Parts: sequence; structure tokens; C-alpha cells
Amino acid sequence: MIFDPPVMALLLASAFSTVIVALGAVFGVHVLLHWNLADGHARQIRMEKRTYLVSTALMLVMVLQLATLVLFVHNADRMAVLFTGAMCAVGTLNVNEYGMPAFLIQVAVFFGAALWLIVNAADNMGRDYPYTRFKYGLLVLLAPLVIAGGVLEWLYFLNLDPNVITSCCSKLFTPENAGIQADLSSADPKLALYALFGGLALLMGLAVWAMRARAGAAAYGIAGSLFFIVAIVAIISAVSSYIYETPNHHCPFCILKPQYGFIGYFLYLPLFLASAIALGIGVLSLWPLPDSLRDRLPMRLHHLVLVSAGLFAIFGAVALYAILASHLIMFG
Amino acid sequence: MIELKDVSKIYNEGRPNEVRAVTDVTLSIPAGRVTVFKGPSGSGKTTLLTLVGCLARPTEGRILLDGELISSLPERFMTEVRRRTFGFVFQRFNLIRGLSVLENVMIPAYPLGPDYRELKSRAMDLLARLKLDHKAKMKTEYLSGGESQRVAIARALINDPEWIIADEPTANLDSKLALQFLDEVRQLKETGKSIIITSHDDRIVNADVVDMVVEMEDGRIIGIEERNAS
Amino acid sequence: MRHWLARQRYLVDFTLAALLRRKGRNLMLLFIYTLVIFILASVIFFGSALRHEAKAVLKGAPEVTVQNLVMGRHAMAPPEWVEKLKKVRGARRIEGRLWGYFYDKANGANYTVMVPSRYDRKNALKDGETIIGAGLARVRDVRRIGHLFLLSPKGKLMKLKVKRILPETSELVSADLVLMSRGDFLRFFDLPENGGYTDIAMQVRNRNEVAKIVEKISKMLPTARVITREDVLRTYENVFSWREGVVLAMLSAALVAFAIFAFDKASGLSAEERREIGILKAVGWETSDILAMKLWEGGLVSLFAFIFGVAAAYAHVFLFDAGVLAPVLKGWSVLYPQFSLTPQVDRLQLATLAFVTVIPFTAATLVPIWKAAITDPDVVMR
Ligand SMILES: Nc1ncnc2c1ncn2[C@@H]1O[C@H](COP(=O)(O)OP(=O)(O)OP(=O)(O)O)[C@@H](O)[C@H]1O
Ligand SMILES: [Mg+2]
Repeated sequence: MIFDPPVMALLLASAFSTVIVALGAVFGVHVLLHWNLADGHARQIRMEKRTYLVSTALMLVMVLQLATLVLFVHNADRMAVLFTGAMCAVGTLNVNEYGMPAFLIQVAVFFGAALWLIVNAADNMGRDYPYTRFKYGLLVLLAPLVIAGGVLEWLYFLNLDPNVITSCCSKLFTPENAGIQADLSSADPKLALYALFGGLALLMGLAVWAMRARAGAAAYGIAGSLFFIVAIVAIISAVSSYIYETPNHHCPFCILKPQYGFIGYFLYLPLFLASAIALGIGVLSLWPLPDSLRDRLPMRLHHLVLVSAGLFAIFGAVALYAILASHLIMFG
Repeated sequence: MIELKDVSKIYNEGRPNEVRAVTDVTLSIPAGRVTVFKGPSGSGKTTLLTLVGCLARPTEGRILLDGELISSLPERFMTEVRRRTFGFVFQRFNLIRGLSVLENVMIPAYPLGPDYRELKSRAMDLLARLKLDHKAKMKTEYLSGGESQRVAIARALINDPEWIIADEPTANLDSKLALQFLDEVRQLKETGKSIIITSHDDRIVNADVVDMVVEMEDGRIIGIEERNAS
Repeated sequence: MRHWLARQRYLVDFTLAALLRRKGRNLMLLFIYTLVIFILASVIFFGSALRHEAKAVLKGAPEVTVQNLVMGRHAMAPPEWVEKLKKVRGARRIEGRLWGYFYDKANGANYTVMVPSRYDRKNALKDGETIIGAGLARVRDVRRIGHLFLLSPKGKLMKLKVKRILPETSELVSADLVLMSRGDFLRFFDLPENGGYTDIAMQVRNRNEVAKIVEKISKMLPTARVITREDVLRTYENVFSWREGVVLAMLSAALVAFAIFAFDKASGLSAEERREIGILKAVGWETSDILAMKLWEGGLVSLFAFIFGVAAAYAHVFLFDAGVLAPVLKGWSVLYPQFSLTPQVDRLQLATLAFVTVIPFTAATLVPIWKAAITDPDVVMR
């Protein structure tokens, strides 16, 4: 099925990212071994010049990764007509055993790339480039993930067999079944909603604290990253049911469909971006503050906290809207 | 004040065409004065100027600007220092063809993202001071040599730097224009700017605005002459 | 933030001016880029429009069709089957259909000859009457004569009065259609009165029960082959995607050539341009400023090429009926060339297009852009 145009586009994108990150990682090893800013000799200057190429390329990878995620899911949704039993992206992703892992790794790569860019931006503010080794260490770690993602994606598309009868969301995301999806679906919706909105309130509180103290920023970063999981659980167990207006449908993918006004994108995009930024805030504020960033990093962290909290608030507002606009009444 | 300590610059390091353009230079350049580097062609004047002006990093040695070590800064921060501290007037003026005089003057400020109207009025003020405001809209390729140089001076001043650096400023000018340039140097000095010029033009070297002459040969300093000692 | 925005604006302004200053070179690049996007977009639009047509046609098709197989080959379905199938719960509008293909020696075209459905009031026919597809009407020049003369496979001449010509718009499959009454059909193909049906069509009351009904029928009529509309749709989808994909894969060769061209353009910085970048850096621009400017340049060129290319492809496919591409992609009977496609462009296609064009362009220009950006500022001193 690799001759399908969107599939070709996705494979092209993953080839691009894989090559860039792999080359970046090779360069990263060089940096880890030889980086010395005090040195004015040719190798160091060449290396410093190369960092511009690497960070520009990784910025492109990040943008591409976000676009790829959207396209990947959208395409899986469209291809559902090709497979017996598939009704949305879940069915398509389950046609073979590579689909779901490929998808989850894409999500992980997105977070990895976003974290890298945030650390990179902070690094570029300090006259001694305080995070350079950390940053390139991170890139070296990111590379296997990206390569695994690319390989899985190839395997997935190569092995898409239209004759396979797959199981879709209505089978997987059902409380009665076994498996992780079923467990997520059977989470108590009331509890999940409390956790969702309670978590949002907590995050807003932490954001205010983060404006005052570094510890607050650290707490916000950790809480924001963990909140991603809470939010996904809440979407599966409760919010999605409100959107579908049936208490039994729990699919996290069907909400991306046009018949629900693409509301899923309005939920996921702010959530993903906000969580990625929170992750960056957490990492930067847990790391000891370098002297060269004493003036500028706290300011930058404030900005990031504001942006991230704003995006979380948008996410919360969309979720609330979905619940209030629904005709489904789950709790008396 | 700019201090150089044992500064060397090697081009094409490790290759067969390796050149030691500047060797073990130690020098203090005072602020608020006019300093001239002189010496025969190929003696390393321009190279030394690029090191002082943060256009390139020395291979060895240290450079301090008002006590702050700038020679080992990464390029990103070296540029930051350069654009707030130094304005350049090049031998070949190096205006960008196809753009107007006004745009050429404003270009150094673009990366700082200033308010457009504020920037434009600053540029027009500078052009007026150099008697070029009536040519603001003109493309630079139609300017005369003297006018080009005054545009280059306006461009060097747009970010209000403390230091002005000029490489062979009079090489392409006739006597009258050379005198006019010296006049502008005098005015800049009066407004408190520090100026460094390279030249083997006697009109410059012997001018009375000059406070210090540094003589070079084969990449080394062979003599320093201080005048107008205050 | 305000400074950041202002900086971007200055960079865009500068970039636009720079693009205009080197008009010849950039127009050349823009033209070729646009051309590549135009071709790719035409392929994608055309493929998806065809798929859309096919789906629209299939919408009216029966949900389940039952065929008889004898020795693994298609055979006439016995008339008793219709009665048997009527007992299957959940099935309705069960009807034996008569249709077949006919090769017209007169002009070397294949027709689909068919008896209209009992439920199709609009196309009901008496003996001696016919309704024909527009493609066929054109080939046989029926518009002027008003009668259709057909030489049956056995050599008998049949004269039919043309009652109506099916409209041309958006009916890919009807172009070669000849509808005739049951009596005429049996006579034309020389079939016995009770010889059965080509196949048996039915609708299903509840779509979720299709699988169950298929299972029941297979049990009841072991020699039957049961085809659901979803099966057909799936096959169509596959075939079309595949065709489109092959064309796209071939075009990627062109794309690679284009990428090399772009690389060449981007890396072949003229001495003047190098100098210009040197000047910018010397007067206070930083490597990342130059990079940002050059990325804007690439982005703007991509954007313009994308808009022009897509607009041109839209016009080409939907206003001019894909004149350039149709022969490659359709590859069907001579009867098809004249029909208009319903404009049909979705986000997925545009995203796909953006991916397959912008990624190679960016990949090809990235290193040259960076090479330009790291130009040493001291070059302007020489
Ligand atoms: N980028 C470079 N690569 C290699 N060699 C260089 C480079 N720049 C300068 N040189 C060499 O360094 C030496 C000093 O050059 P520099 O331009 O500093 O001399 P100068 O005193 O300014 O001469 P002039 O009076 O002719 O301008 C020369 O031998 C020159 O060839
Ligand atoms: Mg020189």
C-alpha cells in the first residue's frame, strides 16, 4: 500500500526526519567528545558553525513531526474504508502489529524534538552555551527513537493487507474487554473529570507560583507533563462520550472526524503543545541554573509558563465546551 | 578601551596554504581617540582590524573590551557585541546595490526589530547630518564615491556604536574628499566616538586629529607613536 | 515578542526586495517549482475526482449482489433463487438483473447492455425503446437520427427508438450504457424466457447486518458468489490509489531532478550574493538572521509556487477536464473522454501535495542556505 499518495508523503517525511536526526546524532557525538568554547582553532569554529545547521534542521523536523502526526491520523481515518471492520483510525492502525507502536513513537518523537528545541533556545541565550553537551546527549538519545519510528512506519505501510479483518474502536475501547484500551475506557468517568478539571486548576495555581519561584516552575513543569496522561485518560473515559453523545463509545480518534466538527484537533493541538512546553520547563528548571543564564533564563521560563498555561486553558475550555454542548447527561 | 594580549591569527590552519597574518600582538587602544594602523601592504592591518572589530575570532590570545573578555565568545554573542559596539566603514563602501540609500542605512538595525517609524526618523536624521537627505530614495549604485562613503558612515552610526572602524577609507577618494572625510572624523571624535582607521595614506597618518599611530610589518607591531598626549 | 514580530517583518521585507532584485533567476526557479506542483496536483486531483465519481455511481448500486458460479465461472442465476432469497430476513428489493457486454464491430467499442430495474421508474422502457449513454450517442451520432441500429451477436439487426440520452455530467460509468426492455434483451442475446438472470441484486434493511446476511446466503446457495457494495468500493479504492501512486512514483523521479535543480540554484551563490551576505553579517546580522531570511525566501517561493501550481491544476482538471493527463490515468475505452469532473479537493490531498513538494525542496536547499549563512563577515574586507 506504499503507492498510496498520502502514504508516500508520510514515508518521505519520515525518511527526511530520520536522515536529519541520524546525521545530527553523529555530529552530537563529535560535540560530546571535542566541544571546547575557549578554543579558537579551526575545528571548534567549524563545529560551532555546524550547530546552526543542526538546530535549523531540527526545527524543521519538529514542525514536520507535528504535521506528520496530524496527517498520519487523518490518513488512517480515511483508509478505514479499505479494511473490513475498520471504522476510524484505530481500525486502520490495528491492521497489523506495527501501526500502534509506530503511532506512539511518533508522539514520543514529537515530545523529544520539542524538548530539544526548548533546551536549544535556552542554550543559545547563554554566552558559554551552558547546555550544549546535555543538548547533544539528548539528540544522541533521540536518534534511535526516530529511527525506530521510521522503520515501524515502513513496516506498517508495507504490511497493510486489505484482506485482514481488523478490530476497531468499538471493540477495543470498551470497558467490558481486556487490554489497556479497555482499562482506559473503564476508568470512572466522574473521577476522570474531577482529575481533569482539578488538574487544570492545580496547573493554573502552579503557573502563578512559577512566576514567583524557581521551584514553582519545576513543579509546574512536572505537573504539566504528567497532566498529559490525565488528560488523555479523561478524553477516553469521559470527554469523548460527551462528544459522541453515547455513554459507551470511548474512542480517542473518532473525535477527529468531520462529523464531530474536528473538535479532536482543537483538543489535542493545545494539549500536545502545552504539555511539550511544560516538559521543557520542567527539564530546564530542574537543571541547576547556569551563571550565564542568571539574567535571562528566568524571564524565558516565565514566558514559557504563560504560553503553556494559556494553551492548557484553551484545552480546558474546549473540553468544557464539549461537555456543556452535549445532550448526554452522565451524572444526575 | 580595547586591550589585545598576545593575539595571533592564522588563516587556513593546518593546510599547505597556512598564513600567519597577525603574530603575538599586544596593544591597548584608548577610547575617545583616533587610532591609525599603518604599514605596507600585506602587513596584517586589515586582519588586526577584523579581530578588534569582532568580525573574526583570534586563533590565539585574548581581546578585552572595557575589561570584558570578547575573544572567546561564540559567534552569536560576538555579533551581539559587534552590533552594539562597532560601526564599520569599508574600503569599498560595501553598500547593497538595488536598495535605496535609506534602506542601506537602516539595514544594521533590522535584526533588533525596532519600531519602523522610529528607525526611519533616526536614519533620516543621520542622512541630514551628512547632507544626504535629499538622496534618501535613490538607489546606491548611482551615488558618487564621496556620497557612497557618507552613506557608509551613516550606516555605521545607525545603532549608535561607541567605536567606528574604517579600513582604508581614503584609498578611493581624491584629495578634496579625503579632507572632507577627515572633517567627519573630527566631528565624530567631538561627539565622543572612538575611531580606528587603517591606512597607508599620509594625508590620514599625518592629520592632526590622529592621536596614536600603530606601525605594523609582517603581522607584528614595530612601533607605536602617541600624539596629542593629554 | 513585539521585537520578534518586527524582526520577522523586516526579514520578509528584505527577502521580498532581494527576490525582486534577482528577478531572472528567481522567476526561473518559481516557474519550475510551480510546474512540478502543477503536475503533481493534477495527478492527485484527477485521481481523487475519479474515485469520487466511482463512489457516487456505486451509491446507487445494490448493497448485495448474488452471482451463480459453475465450475468457478460466472453463469446465469436460476430464477428459483429469487424466491429463495426472498425468505432471507432483512433483505429487501430482491430482483434478478439482466445485463451483459456487447462488442460493436461497427466502431470497435464495448457497450454495457442492461434491462432497467423494476424500481427505476424514470428509465422504464417498452419494447422497441432504448435509453443510451452520452458517450455512445456521440460515437453513433444518434442525436440526428433518433434511432439506434444494433447488429446482435447472432447477426440480427435491431432497430430501437432512442427515448432519452443519459446526461453527460459526472456519470463516468453510464457513458457506454444501452438500456432496453426485458423482451428486447432476451431477443437481442437470444436467451430463453426462463433462463435466469445475470445476477440477483438486493438491498439490506440494516447495514450492520450485511455480514450476517452474506453468511446466510452462502449457506443456502453453496454455488453462489456474494459480493457486497463495500467489497467493490474497496477494490475501486485500491485500484485508483494504486494507479495514482504509480504515476506519483514516476513523477518523484522528476521531483528528484527538481530537487537537484533547486540545490544547484541555492548553492550556486553568485559572488555578488556572497558579498551581500558578508556585508549583512559585518554590519550586525547574525548567522541565524541570515538563516531566517533564507528560510523565509524558501518559504515564500514555496508558498507562491504552491498557490500558482494548485490553482493551475484546479483549472486544468476541473475546467479543462485534465486534457494533459486523462489518457495516462484513465486508460479505458475510447468512449470516455468527454465528461466533466465534479470539483473535489480536500485537506488531505493538499497536505499530501505540500509534503511531497516542500520537503524535497527544503531538504535540497537546507545545506546551501546554511553554507551561505556561515559566510565569514570578514570577506567584505577583501
Ligand atoms: N581570508 C584569508 N585567507 C588567507 N590569507 C589571508 C586572508 N586574509 C588575509 N590573508 C593574508 O594575510 C596577510 C595580511 O593580510 P591583510 O589584509 O591583513 O593585510 P593589509 O595590511 O590589510 O594589506 P593591504 O594594505 O594590502 O590591505 C596577507 O598575507 C594576506 O594574504
Ligand atoms: Mg587591508
